Amino acid sequence: MLALDQVGKTYPNGVNALERFSASIKPGEIIAVIGGSGCGKSTLLRAIAGLDRASRGTITLDGDIITAPHPKIGIIFQEPRLLPWLSVADNVAFGLDGLSKQERTARVTEALKRVGLADKAGVWPRELSGGQAQRVAIARALVPRPEVLLLDEPFSALDAFTRRDLQDHLLDLWADSRPTLILVTHDVDEAVVLADRIVVMRPRPGRLFEEIPVFLSRPRDRASALFEDLKRRVLTSLDQSLDRAVPDRQDKPVSGEAMWW
Amino acid sequence: MTAVEMTLAPAPSIDLPTQPRSRARHLRSLLLGLVLPVGLGAAWELAVHLGWSDGRLVPPPSVIFATLWELARTGELWTHTQATVLRVAAGFALGVVAGTLVGAIAGYSSLSRRVLDPTLQALRSIPSIAWVPLFILWFGIFEASKVALIAVGVFFPVYLGVMGAILSVDRKIVEVGRAFRLSGPALVRRILLPAVLPSYIVSLRSGLGLGWMFVVAAELLGASEGLGYLLMDGQQLGKPAQIVAAIVAFAIIGKTTDWLIEVATAPLLRWQDAYGQQAGEA
Repeated sequence: MLALDQVGKTYPNGVNALERFSASIKPGEIIAVIGGSGCGKSTLLRAIAGLDRASRGTITLDGDIITAPHPKIGIIFQEPRLLPWLSVADNVAFGLDGLSKQERTARVTEALKRVGLADKAGVWPRELSGGQAQRVAIARALVPRPEVLLLDEPFSALDAFTRRDLQDHLLDLWADSRPTLILVTHDVDEAVVLADRIVVMRPRPGRLFEEIPVFLSRPRDRASALFEDLKRRVLTSLDQSLDRAVPDRQDKPVSGEAMWW
Repeated sequence: MTAVEMTLAPAPSIDLPTQPRSRARHLRSLLLGLVLPVGLGAAWELAVHLGWSDGRLVPPPSVIFATLWELARTGELWTHTQATVLRVAAGFALGVVAGTLVGAIAGYSSLSRRVLDPTLQALRSIPSIAWVPLFILWFGIFEASKVALIAVGVFFPVYLGVMGAILSVDRKIVEVGRAFRLSGPALVRRILLPAVLPSYIVSLRSGLGLGWMFVVAAELLGASEGLGYLLMDGQQLGKPAQIVAAIVAFAIIGKTTDWLIEVATAPLLRWQDAYGQQAGEA
């Protein structure tokens, strides 16, 4: 269980990037975080990853307070960020330090097979296409078997066809061990196709605007009427989130909160 | 004379149908590079041969080779080369160790960079020869002062190269290390070191080049052996062929050591996605 309690972040330059964000996320849940630029979605993800520390509030995973990168939390960035001096297999094995050599090789082989790149184990990252490199990054993040996997706009740099392919692929991989996925995206399609719950955020300061549950069974048909309805709903919510006249939907009237601020 | 005339003879036509094209192309670029020096040498040889010049101050290639051969035969060339190579090796080793350590510290911690860098940059702008009197006072007139001068020459390019390389390591790649919870030393070993390796090797090579420059400065200013001494001796005794012979020896050894670094480090850089490498692989 990942719990965020009143998480806020103010950068040293005074920008208030995230304000009083609370959520509790069940194991195996897939959350898509969506919102306009400056809504704090990347800040939120980096705080959960432990790469940046929240200025206020706490993030806990199974009772552990997150202040630094946690072994049960993995992250996939917008770019593959493979280490160019390691072969594809060594890149995948990068986070597998504590294991025996056989165990490591077995896991890497299996992971590469799962992302369809078994034949690329020995090549340098420079020889991969963008989509292949991102698949290696997914394999690298998954081999340590994280309980929570964070994805920061992971497919935004890819062409539409590859993106779709990787979205399906990600769901496949997720089904293996069912980690919690938290996906930051600006692609409404992607959010609706992947998520159990869509979190819409609004900017200045970045905060929660609305949560939209997605009750579609998987695999989801991108052409179905329900899918289209949901997409429209998310788009409307996004529009409203940028309209300052509309109040926050999730502003719960909690008494302690006002006093805290 | 024979050596020159052999290279003068028309090169055997490149008749290598079974060789891969890259081999032939490599050979061709090598031959192209030789056209200018060999051509100039041959022209000068011819001019002296025909009596257009007496070649006393600018000896023709044949005389230079004869001098080199003579020096090699008596063992003098070996003694002098050995003395010079040992000095450069010692100075290079010292300079590389110091430059790497200080450069790594200055690159890693911004506080030490702000403390160290201004002073080092000021010291760097001092012409090398200016150190010589001081080093002679400090270290005496024998090996120590020469090695110190060479080490100073090697230090700065290595220092600058290491510091600059560390500062330019991609923050995003470092973040990958952090996300996988690498400790400080592991981060250095697994991310920073490989990332700085390409520019580190370039700085080693320019450091070595400066080392060869500084050894001449050191040996010109008082040495009883070494290739620099051969230069000085050639001037004082009016033997231009010996001077050019020593210069040729410098060129050969300098190029060879640079090539050794290049070859020794090439396997470490196979991963590079660089323009130059693709051209090499083609």
